[in-house]
Amino acid sequence: MARKDLGRDDSQTKLNRRNFLTGVAVAGAAVTAAPGANAATSAETPAASPRPSALPPTAKMAAAETGTPAELKHEGGKPGSDFMVDVIKTLDIKYLPCNPASSFRALHESLIDYGKNTSPEFLTCMHEESAVGMAHGYFKIAGKPLMTLVHGTVGLQHAAMGIYNAWCDRVPVIVVGGNDLDAAHRPPGVPTFHSAQDINALVRDFTKWDDTPTSPQHFAQSMVRMYKTAMTPPYGPVMMSLDAGLQQEPMRDYGGEKLYIPRYVPSSPPQGDTGAVKEAAKLLVNAERPVIVVDRAARTPNGIKLLVELAELLQAAVVDQGGRMNFPKTHYLNRPPNVIGPADVIIGMELSDFWAVVNGYVDNGDHGIGFNETKIKPGTKLISINSVELITKSNYQDFQRFQVVDVSMPADAEATLPALIEAVKSAIPDSRKDAIAKRGEAFRKASANGRENVRKAAALSWDASPISTARLCMELWGQIKDLDWSLVASEGNVSNWPNRLWPMEKHHHWLGRSGGYGVGYGAPASVGAALANRDLGRFSVSIQGDGDLMYAPGVLWTAARHKIPLLSVMHNNRGYHQEVMHVQRLANFRNRVVYNGNDLSPLGTSIENPDIEYHKLAESMGWWAKGPIKDPADLGPALKEAIAVVKSGQPALLNVWTQPR
Amino acid sequence: MKIRVALIVAACAFAAGAAQAASPENGRKAFVAHGCWQCHGFEGQGSAVTSNGAVLSNTELPFEAFEGFVRGTNRAMPPYREAILPSADLADIYAFLHTVPKPKDPNSIPLLK
Ligand code: HEC
Ligand SMILES: Cc1ncc(C[n+]2csc(CCOP(=O)(O)OP(=O)(O)O)c2C)c(N)n1
Ligand SMILES: [Mg+2]
Repeated sequence: MARKDLGRDDSQTKLNRRNFLTGVAVAGAAVTAAPGANAATSAETPAASPRPSALPPTAKMAAAETGTPAELKHEGGKPGSDFMVDVIKTLDIKYLPCNPASSFRALHESLIDYGKNTSPEFLTCMHEESAVGMAHGYFKIAGKPLMTLVHGTVGLQHAAMGIYNAWCDRVPVIVVGGNDLDAAHRPPGVPTFHSAQDINALVRDFTKWDDTPTSPQHFAQSMVRMYKTAMTPPYGPVMMSLDAGLQQEPMRDYGGEKLYIPRYVPSSPPQGDTGAVKEAAKLLVNAERPVIVVDRAARTPNGIKLLVELAELLQAAVVDQGGRMNFPKTHYLNRPPNVIGPADVIIGMELSDFWAVVNGYVDNGDHGIGFNETKIKPGTKLISINSVELITKSNYQDFQRFQVVDVSMPADAEATLPALIEAVKSAIPDSRKDAIAKRGEAFRKASANGRENVRKAAALSWDASPISTARLCMELWGQIKDLDWSLVASEGNVSNWPNRLWPMEKHHHWLGRSGGYGVGYGAPASVGAALANRDLGRFSVSIQGDGDLMYAPGVLWTAARHKIPLLSVMHNNRGYHQEVMHVQRLANFRNRVVYNGNDLSPLGTSIENPDIEYHKLAESMGWWAKGPIKDPADLGPALKEAIAVVKSGQPALLNVWTQPR
Repeated sequence: MKIRVALIVAACAFAAGAAQAASPENGRKAFVAHGCWQCHGFEGQGSAVTSNGAVLSNTELPFEAFEGFVRGTNRAMPPYREAILPSADLADIYAFLHTVPKPKDPNSIPLLK
């Protein structure tokens, strides 16, 4: 813990250490603690006094306080934060997106000087939410977590929404918050405002695990445990409150006890129970219209292969909800959600909301209260494989409504798929093989028709200004299709055109969304994912909502500063459009003409008057940028230019004025 | 929704009429002022996510069915009663929706091939 006995039974050392730590507190002490100083004065500066204030200081102490410090033992020993760097380095964490703060200045200094700014490399961030968002996006490409350091109270308050998104999106992020625990010795004033008994409490409801280590050895164990916990499916963010004193102090002698760094050994993901897997297989092979619904089933590229194998074995329709890239969009078994209605068996894998797969909610009931309705036939059997059940907490409602299912496996879908595939293979009776094959033919036809309809819809208002979202996405597609591309974020809503029209097949083609729908995810997550793609030589593109960008636009600077190539194409519909529609809806329910002020949409939902010149904003932070682009004919040439810039290693932004959706 | 519309169409054997005296220019403005653009796009082109794919531009619905839907919708679209959207404005909107350029054939657009 902070500033406790360092194993030296010597009050002089303690005082000197305070000298070192806080010039302000020490200056006060030097005046007030002179021999014979009265008790009242001493009591005003408790931070500097290690003894009852009424006692006069010893001669030794007085000399220490007024004279030159005789010794600074702590400078000789290895600082705690250097050891922390040793521990962190064993985990091979590549980057540290971070906004600096004094509560972790010791670790910061150790990371860049002792640790030589590698594994992790410090990335300067302008908002803690951006740092977490970057780690979030990075993981979805790299499959490895990043760590961030945040100022214990205020920084963590900023980071909290990003952590909630990561929690809901089942993404590991290692968050370490600096916190000065020792109320008697920490610097007064600002650092004390920024301390709390238990900073972790703020995010405990949406982190998998948290701890407050009180010794270097404790730190080593907790750090490795954090990493391991975060990286055991279901993945999730983890939190450590890291005492400033523990970081700053030299390592203390534990009576010869040797410090060690525990080895990180990954945990295997939880697999479905054998009996339940067999039961599921039996239901699936005997179904007439089985449907597979997936949200975050493919944790890795291998998950896609396994899902294709299962779907083809059963010739079952697959509804990909898009929490990850689960199933190739080009596959004839990739079907829209309307296959749910006629289904007789539905298997849901890593769904965030099974209830909403089989039920509908219509936001148009009496008095503005919506109503529920079922989408499935009575008797439809439901199977669930969902690892998130293993980490459900109580407060935040990300577990969604309760849905009764017939076979429930609290297990990781990807880890369970090989066993399920084997069980299906051995359960298919010869008598069913023809019927199953026939299903496939019908799906091939439906798939071709579906594509035709989507193309027709995309052609509507092709030449409109503001630019149609279909045109935006297809102009973009035309320019990136021959690259090894990765759509790192698509925030703001473009009617899902990329998912409907781009031939997405690979895991990195689509990364899903924020998880918790905390807006402001898109900008930092796209930068983080682009960083991971940069290291893999891949081209990153993001479709960037205007509202999303403005929560913390400083991440643009971080991208330029650290040379992260990213093509950001804005879906600038000049508003918080989702909210535009909500307020209109409520006005209609109440039979009132909605008040737009001088804007296009209900007061408080537009981002216009004045228009934000996003291209200038980006340019001011070191990006190549162009806009506003309103004429669809200008889009292709602008994209060409921007892509050349991104290929040269720089980020580029196009401010495109778009239709609302 | 489709069934509803079909019933309304059947009930209103006669069509058009009201739309004839309407002003497409005023309709363009009313389409924006009343917020139709929000879910249907500025040209009524629709969206898979906000109009369930319903396309208003060059709608084939007779005006009575069009108005019947706008007044009585009780599902994904919130209703607009006469008090907040006068029938004359709706007739103008209907006229405007018939001035939007006809959709292109996707085969004529290289990017959609
Ligand atoms: C908040 C979103 C929203 C707004 C605002 C809105 N609509 Fe709609 N509209 C929808 C949705 C969603 C549908 C599809 C309805 C369904 O599937 O039940 C729809 C369908 C329609 C239809 C039926 C089309 C068909 O071919 O079946 C008409 C007509 C229509 N809207 C007209 C209008 C007009 C006119 C306005 C403005 C006065 C308007 N809407 C405003 C969301 C909206
Ligand atoms: C942190 C946060 N604040 C507010 C909201 C409510 N909200 C949901 S969507 C949205 C609009 C986002 O605007 P933009 O990114 O431009 O997307 P658009 O809907 O315009 O396409 C808002 C404000 C939210 N989900 N999260
Ligand atoms: Mg917007």
